Amino acid sequence: MSRVDGYGRIDRTRTLAFTFDGVGYTAHPGDTLASALLAHGVTTLGTSIRLGRPRGVMGAWTEDPGGLVQIEEPFPEPMLLATTVDVVDGLVARGVAGQGRLAEVADTARYDHRHVHCDVLVVGAGPAGLVAARTAARAGLDVVLVDDRPTPGGTLTGTETVDGRPAPEWVDAVVAELAAAPHVTHLQATTAFGHYDDGFVLALERRGEGSDGGARARDHRIRAGRVVVAAGAIERPIVFEDDDRPGVMLASAARDLLHRHGVLAGREVVVFTVDDSAYAAALDLRQAGASVRVLDGRSEVPPGWTRRCAELDVPVEAGTDVRGTLGSDRVRAALVGESRREVPCDLLLVSGGWNPTAHLFSHVGGPLRWDPELVAFRPAGELPRTTVVGAANGTYALADVLREAGGEDAPTAPPEEITPRGMLWRTAGDPARQFVDIARDATVADIARAVGAGMTSVEHVKRYTTIGTAHDQGKTSGVLASGVTAELLGRPVESLGTTTFRPPFTPVPFAALAGRDRGDLFDPVRTTAVHAWHVAAGAVFEDVGQWKRARHYPAPGEDMAAAVLRECAAVRGSVGIMDGSTLGKIDVRGPDAGVLLDHLYTNLMSTLKVGRVRYGVMCGNDGMVFDDGTVLRLAEDRFLVTTTTGNAAHVLDWMEEWLQTEWPHLRVRLTSVTEQWSIFAVAGPRSRDVVGRVFGDVDVSNDAFGFMTWQDTTLDGVPVRLARISFSGELAFEVSVDAWHAPDLWARLVAAGAEDGITPYGTETMHVLRAEKGYPIIGQDTDGTVTPHDLGMSWAVSKKKPDFVGKRSFARPVATDPQRKQLVSLLPTDATTTLPEGSQIVALPDDGRLPPPPVPMLGHVTSSYRSAALGRPFALALVAGGRDRVGEVVGIPVGDMLIAAQIGGTVLVDPEGARRDG
Amino acid sequence: MQLITCPWCGPREETEFRYGGQADLAYPADPSALDDEQWARFLFFRDNPKGTFAERWCHDAGCRRWLRAVRDTRTYVFAETGPYGSFPRRSARPERSA
Ligand SMILES: [Zn+2]
Repeated sequence: MSRVDGYGRIDRTRTLAFTFDGVGYTAHPGDTLASALLAHGVTTLGTSIRLGRPRGVMGAWTEDPGGLVQIEEPFPEPMLLATTVDVVDGLVARGVAGQGRLAEVADTARYDHRHVHCDVLVVGAGPAGLVAARTAARAGLDVVLVDDRPTPGGTLTGTETVDGRPAPEWVDAVVAELAAAPHVTHLQATTAFGHYDDGFVLALERRGEGSDGGARARDHRIRAGRVVVAAGAIERPIVFEDDDRPGVMLASAARDLLHRHGVLAGREVVVFTVDDSAYAAALDLRQAGASVRVLDGRSEVPPGWTRRCAELDVPVEAGTDVRGTLGSDRVRAALVGESRREVPCDLLLVSGGWNPTAHLFSHVGGPLRWDPELVAFRPAGELPRTTVVGAANGTYALADVLREAGGEDAPTAPPEEITPRGMLWRTAGDPARQFVDIARDATVADIARAVGAGMTSVEHVKRYTTIGTAHDQGKTSGVLASGVTAELLGRPVESLGTTTFRPPFTPVPFAALAGRDRGDLFDPVRTTAVHAWHVAAGAVFEDVGQWKRARHYPAPGEDMAAAVLRECAAVRGSVGIMDGSTLGKIDVRGPDAGVLLDHLYTNLMSTLKVGRVRYGVMCGNDGMVFDDGTVLRLAEDRFLVTTTTGNAAHVLDWMEEWLQTEWPHLRVRLTSVTEQWSIFAVAGPRSRDVVGRVFGDVDVSNDAFGFMTWQDTTLDGVPVRLARISFSGELAFEVSVDAWHAPDLWARLVAAGAEDGITPYGTETMHVLRAEKGYPIIGQDTDGTVTPHDLGMSWAVSKKKPDFVGKRSFARPVATDPQRKQLVSLLPTDATTTLPEGSQIVALPDDGRLPPPPVPMLGHVTSSYRSAALGRPFALALVAGGRDRVGEVVGIPVGDMLIAAQIGGTVLVDPEGARRDG
Repeated sequence: MQLITCPWCGPREETEFRYGGQADLAYPADPSALDDEQWARFLFFRDNPKGTFAERWCHDAGCRRWLRAVRDTRTYVFAETGPYGSFPRRSARPERSA
């Protein structure tokens, strides 16, 4: 055990049990998996991804490139850092070989989103962040303070003093003041992982396993008036041979393990540094009972620190360096200096200086500049809404940090001596064994290869070597790679810069980003007022946009093909009923309503008489069909426009766009009434009888109620609209009623049709019936490259109107090309094959075999069904120059076969239109 | 995610808005008077400046009103937003056809 009494913020009165690689261990609340394993002397956690070399903990927190684990219990999660996993009772984890595996079971935990607005967001609750938050809170501002570690204080470990008090006491006092302040939200274990425009920051709050039934994590979406980045700094290693061996650790990590978790990571410690800060680690570990030796790469060592080292029997050697390590799974000696003298150790601490954690400044475009005194890249320049303070800004001395963050309100700390920092990227040695990114097994030799291949940009070197692309995103290796590259190129590091920092700062589970928007809540489901009836009737549903539409109603033992044939036969033979409530409906009202519709439809709508219905086509400016539907004139100044189900919102947007941006002088108002009105199609030769039975007051005869007219009536005082509209070619009525009364009216129509065998039919049957009549479905038979003329609908294009949307494009040469693809029917000559929709159409060679590619394509099949009325399969297709090819036989590759099919006109059933009026 | 100031609703999240392309390209008063090239230019050609650009946006998930914005394509920063039609337009609106 390397637990030290008197150190750490762990609860030693309670013991937790966990297993790692199948072995049981104990821990205390406050332990991470890393600290608990190190407390038991477990230093090797896994192996590396490419070379299979042993890997252990090198950093104390999210910067650690080495200590990856797979969690099995309480919930399987791949590739977490042992340093960031809080031990809970029953935790089961194991080491990984560089890579974890995703859980094979669904994550049942809850994840939440929160939208937060504040005046000031402070990121980091170290000395800088605490002072900045306190200053803002005292000014009466709305403050959010987030910090990624479980407890506040940052690098204040207990040996520092602030305002003359021990640092932990000062931290507790500030936290208490913030807790008492109104308008302050303070969240620990919350990582601000992305900073976006206009003060928008995403932060992930880890809340443990939700024993209270709450969310495992919350994604806070914070919009802040000002963002204060007080995220600290990350220590930088120095590259030497076999620097990836477990037991080689950042000096700050060892100090952190001691003060947070009471773990002494080694008993025989060598500290290799070019920065004063590592001396604090050396002295702390010495005082905790280790033997410590400092090797300073600088020729000038800090006199004050050296004196304190001497007092504690810590030898300091100046102007020397570590060239390599010895050991197997764990370091056993450092190889020191030119002579590679063996200095025995079980822990080799390294400090090459510090990199300001300026990621959140960079995310929003903040530039970084090389500071030769700091030997680091630091924020340079101003950004609106963003301030960087403390170590994140390159301000390291505690007294300076406090002053920078707190201004006049700042607490004080004793001054510190500063010896000039050394710049040391790597020591002399074999480049192939000098690891720069130990998470990627990438060495100085890899960088040399990139440079040898001619790369001079760190962005290119990163992609070539993969340095900085692992779970840690190069928190320790990124700047190091810049430095090594600069050295190999013989250029100053400032001319290379760093690679771009992009969110997320730390890995974020997709489940947390998804929050509750999963399963049923992923996307809204829209159902019609009669949905329950369809369900009870055994309907099979299909998704049309967000709508659930009944596709067919299979009888026992029927498959879809059989059900659809039966439903089709019922409509053409007697009567069927379909729920068409999902059709888009737009109420167009105002004195200029007719003018607007004349602009947007290809045909004239303003001449439509009240009481009548007209079919219309809408095109874009490019002349391509984009929607169709019927238009009812309800009054001189009022129309009801119907749209296809999937396009309802687009059509409304389209109409609004023209109204607002081009013709704001038109006095028209648009209202979506899609969900207000339910519509049922009652279709078939017996439909008149059924409708007449239910609406005894209405004269439903052809003379009194002609095709493409509508009438309002009431049923038991409920307003109902009837219209003679047919999408099947049969005698048909559309019955409209408000959604509330829809289930009742549907039931009455079904009951009234019982003696005629009224058959509910779904969208698949509707598709077959309309295709038999050659009615296109926009979006199925068209694809945004089809004009009304291509569809054979020149009759729906006005020649009288001086202009309408799309008209000018009909005169473009491309629109009048006789070789454009035109809608035609196809009848497979074998009278048995149902052509797959989307099949390509080619010329049929004499031998009936598909020639080797390339084979010119003539078009493709857009709709294909079996027809009850025709007693055979048929299809609609877009075929180049199709109308001139009627009678021709073409080939359609289906699997290994080439199916022959004859081109025909689009109307295959009742071409005379004799069935329309019953 | 940027904040966009809707003239009617104030500063709102970018995701509430729909981009509507270049502003101030009025529908030609008489498309039939344009030759094929002129019509093709109206249909297919848009400016793509590096710098200040006048754009149309629609506050789709808010008040559903169109607005006109001036934005810098280098920085994405909005210089101004206002109601659509509150700025002069390049060519005349089409005549009312009834
Ligand atoms: Zn708005």
